[in-house]
Amino acid sequence: MKVCDIIEKLNLKVIGGEEGLQNEVTGGYTSDLLSDVMGNVDEGQIWITLQTHRNVMAVASLKEVAAVIIVKDLEADENTISQSNDEGIPLLSSSMEAYELSGELYQLLKG
Amino acid sequence: MKRFKADLHMHTVLSPCGSLEMSPTVIVETALQRGLDIIGITDHNSTRQCAEVIKLGQEKGLTVLGGAEVTTKEEVHCLTFFENIEKLEAFQMYLDAHLPNIQNDVDKFGHQVWVDANEEILGQEERLLISGLDQSIDELEQKVRQLDGLFIPAHIFRPSFSIYSQLGFMPFDIKPDAIGMSARVNVDEMLGKHPELKKLTVLRSSDAHFPDQIGSHYSIVELAEASFDELRKALRKQDGRKVVELK
Repeated sequence: MKVCDIIEKLNLKVIGGEEGLQNEVTGGYTSDLLSDVMGNVDEGQIWITLQTHRNVMAVASLKEVAAVIIVKDLEADENTISQSNDEGIPLLSSSMEAYELSGELYQLLKG
Repeated sequence: MKRFKADLHMHTVLSPCGSLEMSPTVIVETALQRGLDIIGITDHNSTRQCAEVIKLGQEKGLTVLGGAEVTTKEEVHCLTFFENIEKLEAFQMYLDAHLPNIQNDVDKFGHQVWVDANEEILGQEERLLISGLDQSIDELEQKVRQLDGLFIPAHIFRPSFSIYSQLGFMPFDIKPDAIGMSARVNVDEMLGKHPELKKLTVLRSSDAHFPDQIGSHYSIVELAEASFDELRKALRKQDGRKVVELK
């Protein structure tokens, strides 16, 4: 499944990194500790978090994730958005909480 | 230039996790007994105990820097220090405006009172001080700069509440005056692994919550005199002032 399909199915907003909307998604990872994400997220996964700091996009790029989803409609920092555009990694947003969103994504990818 | 012992991270009775014994009198007396020259008062998200400790320090001949250990939105702990009471009060207004309105549960978290030199209670903070502010680390740094204070991310390699745990690495656009590393960290090894930190001054402190812990770790600094300005110069490695050893 591609990032753009997931955007449509989970009603996500695109905040940045449109260049990467065709990225193939292999799974998901939910965590707010960037140190943990650096150690455990796999390439091609969608990363779900409430962190909005610019370092999020640096970690996303380092680990080559398919996209990042910020939960609860939290507003991403401006330099996070610009880095998402620079890296071409989609930065998405959802009104759902991490629990709900992770469940929905799991169902979608499992199905 | 003279050498001074500085322990710049300790909690008082005001922090819910700080021992009720950590009164201004006990802190100042213990610090002096242990040969410290400079201490920093850094309660969680509050500066309200600082004035009493600073006043007592002046009477007893101990340099006391007032500040707070602030929890940012990312849950990173950062030490902040300010030069005088006016700036501390201005910073307190910022803390008051940005601390979430979650009430302290005294039974679960502990008391949050500030006291005078006679251990009389001067006030009580009702909001839970260990919550995170609704401010990012960048916004906090900006506020500290605006008040000409010192900005020092605390225990940066701790597995929780640290820059490295919460944000993965030192953000490129942050310009700390110094960084804190706890005593269990091998500083040379970590600077080897993280060359981006090599230009920064490293501080070690006790993070004391109990009187016994005051001065258990400290930094030795070379200054002309024990003052805020001189310490700022040492952290920025200016005019021959510097941190020379971590104990």
